[in-house]
Amino acid sequence: MIYLHNIGTYFIMIKDIFRRPTKWSVMKPLILKDIDDLIIGSLGIVAFISFFVGGVVAIQTSLNMTSPLMPKYLVGFATRQSIILEFAPTFISIIMAGKVGSFITSSIGTMRVTEQIDALEVMGINAINYLVFPKFIALTLYPFVISIAMFLGILGGLVACVYGGYGTMEDYIEGVKMDFIPFHFIYAFVKTFVFAFLLATIPSYYGYFMKGGALEVGKASTTSFVWTSVMIILVNFLLTSLLLG
Amino acid sequence: MIEVKDLHKSFGDAHILKGITTSFEKGKTNLIIGQSGSGKTVFLKCLLGLFEYEEGSISYDGKIFSKLSPNEKRALRAEIGMVFQGSALFDSMTIAENVMFPLRMFTKQSKSEMEDRVNVVLNRVNLPDAHKKMPSEASGGMQKRVAIARAIVNNPKYLFCDEPNSGLDPKTAIVIDNLIQEITDEFNIITVINSHDMNSVMEIGEKIVFLKDGLKAWEGSNKTIFKTDNEVVTDFVYSSNLFKKVRKMYLEESD
Ligand SMILES: Nc1ncnc2c1ncn2[C@@H]1O[C@H](COP(=O)(O)OP(=O)(O)O)[C@@H](O)[C@H]1O
Ligand SMILES: [Mg+2]
Repeated sequence: MIYLHNIGTYFIMIKDIFRRPTKWSVMKPLILKDIDDLIIGSLGIVAFISFFVGGVVAIQTSLNMTSPLMPKYLVGFATRQSIILEFAPTFISIIMAGKVGSFITSSIGTMRVTEQIDALEVMGINAINYLVFPKFIALTLYPFVISIAMFLGILGGLVACVYGGYGTMEDYIEGVKMDFIPFHFIYAFVKTFVFAFLLATIPSYYGYFMKGGALEVGKASTTSFVWTSVMIILVNFLLTSLLLG
Repeated sequence: MIEVKDLHKSFGDAHILKGITTSFEKGKTNLIIGQSGSGKTVFLKCLLGLFEYEEGSISYDGKIFSKLSPNEKRALRAEIGMVFQGSALFDSMTIAENVMFPLRMFTKQSKSEMEDRVNVVLNRVNLPDAHKKMPSEASGGMQKRVAIARAIVNNPKYLFCDEPNSGLDPKTAIVIDNLIQEITDEFNIITVINSHDMNSVMEIGEKIVFLKDGLKAWEGSNKTIFKTDNEVVTDFVYSSNLFKKVRKMYLEESD
């Protein structure tokens, strides 16, 4: 029952994001700030993780290719596939659920417990639009983050492969270019857009509707992380069966 | 005048306000007093339209709030200033930006007009050089003044304050109380203040509404509160020894 109620509230919130918009002169700086906080602020960690995980994927693949019959370009091919299809869109999004998600929940939650949201509403502002819309817009840039993750993941694989002595650059690049299916890109970016939407809205929901004080802000961030990741995993499964199955 | 008629408000099964009728007049500081948890904040948030209520009506100078069109509500909101209990300053904005915010929302003034107005109100609350500070860098008393400045920047007709001096030292508390009263006088506005502070009651209680268990238990002023025999009120007022003594002196004086 309570789940149904929460889901209902979530969808009403989604509708409210686009109702009674805040004045553009007030909204514009909010969007810029959220782009800075959510997108620019995440590039460092995303780059770091992608590069090294890409390296690990390449090393693991080549270590597990024990048969001499397997072609050498397979390392590049396997690394590309796993990074574009799953690692960059899905696993980076789980990490972002922790980083961006808990930031969103705790900043909106703090505004709730310190009555800043009431202060907005007293002025007749649609607080959901004011708070969530800029995050939604900022996260439409999320595919750029994922593109960077894809590029650096594949690059990390190359560097690890070549400098670790697991293969040559030519073989790796041949693998990366091989049998490229454009639809895989579409699939990856459809996922990315959906995850961006989940990343903007689920943490906002947990922040906006939280009750209690400072302690509950921490708890809300944790709950928000759990549910955002669960939803990303479930939606990933659904989209994969739908688009590739 | 703000008139409240038979206001009922529940959260689920918890009946918080059980039919409150009262009114608040222009140019006066109206106090809502009562113990913590007696429903003062809920009452104020109903007045402001932040909470929906099941029964009753609230009218601002004859206009019934719940019957206003969205545009009329918006116009009314532009005339309301609110000081929240914890100040509720926007923590991502500087003090000047906080004070300017209602002007950006409600008016079409140019940047320099807005800046001039912000200077005027920040001077009025004795914070002439705090513009660039962030709220987190300001003391509690300073934050309260900024909250007052933000509440009055758009020349409101109605000012609401939720426990404006809670968490402040007694001296700062009196300064804030007096500031609110002066502003009420100066701009001839309707001010409604939640409080559980007996100092405020004595200083600025031009009209007092006493809430207990979701009902209005008593109504009067700082002139009459020390004379009443209403036990609920005397219980609250004389819970401190200091006020027991004050009452004794007061009664002796008036004999
Ligand atoms: N949003 C809410 N949801 C449920 N109960 C609430 C809510 N806000 C206040 N209450 C309850 O209403 C009662 C009155 O609270 P309040 O108006 O904050 O008291 P106070 O007089 O101290 O301001 C309390 O019992 C409180 O638990
Ligand atoms: Mg209160």
